[in-house]
Amino acid sequence: MNAAGLRHERRLLLRRLALSAPAMATLAVFLLVPLGIMLLVSFLQPGDYGGVKWGEYSLEAYVNFLYERDLDDSLVFNTDYLQIFQRSFWLSVLTTAGCLLVGFPTALYLALQSERRRNLLLLLVTVPFWTNLLVRVYAWILLLRNGGLVDSGLEALGLVHGGDLNVLYTDVAVVIGLLYTFLPFMVLPIYTSLEKLDWRLVEAAYDLGATRRQALRRIIVPLAMPGIAAGTILVFIPSLGNYIIPELLGGGKALMIGNLIQLQFGTAHNWPLGAALSFALLAFVLLAMLVYSLRFKGAAAGGHP
Amino acid sequence: MNPRNPLWRFTGVRPLAWLFFAFLYVPIVVLVALSFNGGQSATLWESFSLKWYAVVANDPEIVRAAKNSLLVATFATLIATALATLAALGMRGPAHRGRTLMSGVLSLPLLVPEIVTAVATLMFFAFIGLKLSLFTILIAHVVFCIPFAYLPIRARLEGMDPRLAEAAADLYASPWRTFWRVTLPLLAPGMLSGAMLAFIISMDDFVITYFVAGAGATTLPVYIFSSIRMGISPKINAISSIILLISILFVALSYYIGQRKR
Repeated sequence: MNAAGLRHERRLLLRRLALSAPAMATLAVFLLVPLGIMLLVSFLQPGDYGGVKWGEYSLEAYVNFLYERDLDDSLVFNTDYLQIFQRSFWLSVLTTAGCLLVGFPTALYLALQSERRRNLLLLLVTVPFWTNLLVRVYAWILLLRNGGLVDSGLEALGLVHGGDLNVLYTDVAVVIGLLYTFLPFMVLPIYTSLEKLDWRLVEAAYDLGATRRQALRRIIVPLAMPGIAAGTILVFIPSLGNYIIPELLGGGKALMIGNLIQLQFGTAHNWPLGAALSFALLAFVLLAMLVYSLRFKGAAAGGHP
Repeated sequence: MNPRNPLWRFTGVRPLAWLFFAFLYVPIVVLVALSFNGGQSATLWESFSLKWYAVVANDPEIVRAAKNSLLVATFATLIATALATLAALGMRGPAHRGRTLMSGVLSLPLLVPEIVTAVATLMFFAFIGLKLSLFTILIAHVVFCIPFAYLPIRARLEGMDPRLAEAAADLYASPWRTFWRVTLPLLAPGMLSGAMLAFIISMDDFVITYFVAGAGATTLPVYIFSSIRMGISPKINAISSIILLISILFVALSYYIGQRKR
């Protein structure tokens, strides 16, 4: 290429960079810089009435996570926060497992429908994603509360007699809410994998005498693996940091990481601890994404609606 | 593959799929049905009535929150769509160093947990000393609306036939003229669908808004959250149903626009 051509190329590239610049600058200033400030705050001293003492550095927030400072200033091992992390972790694992159990068959069902029907059903899967989460969680309060529809429905069926259901404001309610919110996130990526699947491979398996179960286990599930992995991440990570569902369905008793973080900015007035907890959550998410992209490099992550 | 072939029927798949759809839609249907309840109770059915919708429409606090939500969503959508369109145009063409990084940054708001974004944004405003208000809500909303506006626009650009622009150039159209007369009209459905998604996302956001809303700057979801915490009521049923129906209407419209002219 001659010099003039090169100059032209350069000009085109600069023009393209200039076009992307406003969005990049917005995200850099209002997202990347705040994340950096969050990291900084996690190393500061908390202010007396919320906020922080800018410029007074300390590792207190990270120490606080595992230890409590006693009256005589000695450190006592304290597992309160670890327990909340553990709870969040298990509730999210349970949610992910439940989503897989219902999500995979649903995705398989979708993939095996005629095209017109499939498009309609897909729309039905995505609609709840775009509707207000708060409102949909509220609907579950109406359903699950004592004397609500589930309670009176079970009673009418004769499955329970007298007494209250007492399921709202428990871990069960939280998991139901999480399942309800994140099921579409499992169905869509698995469906994307199954849609691309070459069904002739399954036919070949049948021809070779495989049963349905064998075809499912040896052909379909392995080929749907990128979708299953993507779905697992898309369910597990947002449920881990969810705030609304444990707050409303757990009634503030069944705390998860999200609520613990919010508390630090509300009544607990401990911004550095809140920042450190947020940073831990973010690091975990980024690590999971990294592992996923290394493991399934080249495979379409797909499916994010 | 013929879907009618019995070889493609797996035991238990269909009932589980229908269970899934029932699980997804029963709460929504129940909520909307209960919003037409005439009684004082939020869950016990008495009679059909539109009374609670009238109560909602006449509640000054709800009306103010709705106005705030609309104001923020409108401006956030306009700004985010403009930024996203420019970015999508800039990301077109041969790959260059930094493009992967740039598309990573563009999808970052989808990746970072909402609560983390909320907390980080709050501390940022505290750091630069900006008082919390509707304006801080707007800034936060623009940030997370960008990827939602960007993705459909980018998809539309990717599916565009480059020969159309070349044909325009062959016919002596200047680059500007080509852009205005060829590229932009073809891009419009993508921009519209991106803008609609951004609008819904902004209207629906609670967590981030809750953190960066100053006193008095209440949006509809923040209002609903604080009412739910005070206890369920038929009034919340009505306002919730209105929000649900608006979202569903928007998605259906956005889907329709996306299907047309593909």
